[in-house]
Amino acid sequence: MKFIEVRDLTIEYTRIDADGKEVPGKKALDGISLDIEKGSFVAVIGMNGSGKSTLAKCLNGLLVPSAGRVAVEGFDTASEEHIWDIRSRVGMVFQNPDNQLVSSIVEDDVAFGPENLGIEPAEIRRRVDNALRRVGMYEKKDKGAHMLSGGQKQRVAIAGAIAMKPDCIVFDEPTAMLDPKGRASVMEIIKDLNTEGITCILITHFMTEAEQADRVIVLKKGKILCDRTPAELFSDREMIEKAGLEMPPVIALRDKAGLPESLMSAEDIAEYVNKR
Amino acid sequence: MIRDITLGQYYPGDSWVHRLDARTKIIATLLYLIELFVVNNFYGFIIAAVALFVVIGISKVPLKFIFRGLSAVFLIIAFTFLLNMFMVDGTVLWQWKFLKITQEGLSRAFFMAIRLVLIIIGSSIMTLTTKPVELTDGLEKLLSPFSKIGLPSHEIALMMTIALRFIPTLMEETDKIIKAQQARGADFESGNLFQRAKSLIPILVPLFVSSFRIAQDLALAMEARCYHGGKGRTRMNEIRFDRGDAVAAVMMVLFLAAIIASRFIKL
Repeated sequence: MKFIEVRDLTIEYTRIDADGKEVPGKKALDGISLDIEKGSFVAVIGMNGSGKSTLAKCLNGLLVPSAGRVAVEGFDTASEEHIWDIRSRVGMVFQNPDNQLVSSIVEDDVAFGPENLGIEPAEIRRRVDNALRRVGMYEKKDKGAHMLSGGQKQRVAIAGAIAMKPDCIVFDEPTAMLDPKGRASVMEIIKDLNTEGITCILITHFMTEAEQADRVIVLKKGKILCDRTPAELFSDREMIEKAGLEMPPVIALRDKAGLPESLMSAEDIAEYVNKR
Repeated sequence: MIRDITLGQYYPGDSWVHRLDARTKIIATLLYLIELFVVNNFYGFIIAAVALFVVIGISKVPLKFIFRGLSAVFLIIAFTFLLNMFMVDGTVLWQWKFLKITQEGLSRAFFMAIRLVLIIIGSSIMTLTTKPVELTDGLEKLLSPFSKIGLPSHEIALMMTIALRFIPTLMEETDKIIKAQQARGADFESGNLFQRAKSLIPILVPLFVSSFRIAQDLALAMEARCYHGGKGRTRMNEIRFDRGDAVAAVMMVLFLAAIIASRFIKL
């Protein structure tokens, strides 16, 4: 079932020229069309400035299309009256762990979203406790947000999104500012959420993360360069180079060792090497 | 440096004082501060201090935390003390050139210093035993009657919550900028007061820019989480008065009576 429908989406920034007049600036997104199925795990990759974060902000109406349309379960993101229906269905986790927590205390921050939805206090309490358990931060619910590590803050931000019971969460480079340990814990949670049926859209510049999705969309200069499974993408060296990206470390190592190109994962390679 | 700011720093606990409604604590603290100005002799201060330490005892907040808040304003207290000691006329106890200490001056100096110390401890008890969010929620509820005459009580409370939340973040940011500027050879330690103040400009400008960036990020995150003002918003912890608050109210009245009575004690 189509959950998010994007048709000819264009985002054009206007800029003020020397005479103080607004003139059309650069197109951050240029005629993007795609569908996102319910329950899927989609990664969006691309170089800096390819428009991947802009795309993320279009999916829950934080940015409204200059042309084209985005619809979430049939609700148009450009319509003011349905904007809260859309945002309660599509949660979002941002890059900077420090700048997205509203409250100084962990559990109060997680409660912020449900409070905005006007939910009953007892139900908020249940949702907050559940969300914190799911990200493994329940023990820290009374702690101050500034006492947590980057990875822990990011997990609290994810709990804040989960507590709103969304059908889909958009992760906008959630691991970019984390250390390897924090990055691994966040990826673990994203995969768990996806197996529980939440649609996950992961904007990333780490190829190892994109590799774990069901589907990878590659953007370049605001256009979709390709849209395929990770296995298909990472066996196409030409495409990777065209997008200005790098192979995931496992594939790069495989090629350096001169192993056959049919091996796509660390497990495959280990099995192959063991057999020889 | 970043991790020990006592102002707005909550000491987690589950004492009777912690469980009181934030509104009760705000009113009690305000009342206490006003009463400190009603006091006109040392007996009143003895009553006020005993009451304060009883509350501290019940709250189970370690004295260490309470006095940490005092050390920050030690200079102000010392300055007030010295000023009062030397400036008040009366029976001279000791004199050296133009400096003289009078009996009245000395008693006034102690009087003011005790008052200041009690003011600071009294108000830090409130912030130590109340979560910042409860405090701002309490304030929102207390101010809400005024929203009918146009006072944005919800916005004021949210602004305070966010300000408290971002104090550590902005301090870290400042720390980062200072180090970055020092790495480029900036000198914050030498020169006279004027030069030093001037050397703060390369810190303040980037700090301003980055606080705008943080504000923009936060606004996006809040919008993504369906924030649309105070209308139709519920709270996870609905605050309500209960028996404890009634007990506190009775204690407050008794204390007020004792303080007023103390004005008439004469020796």
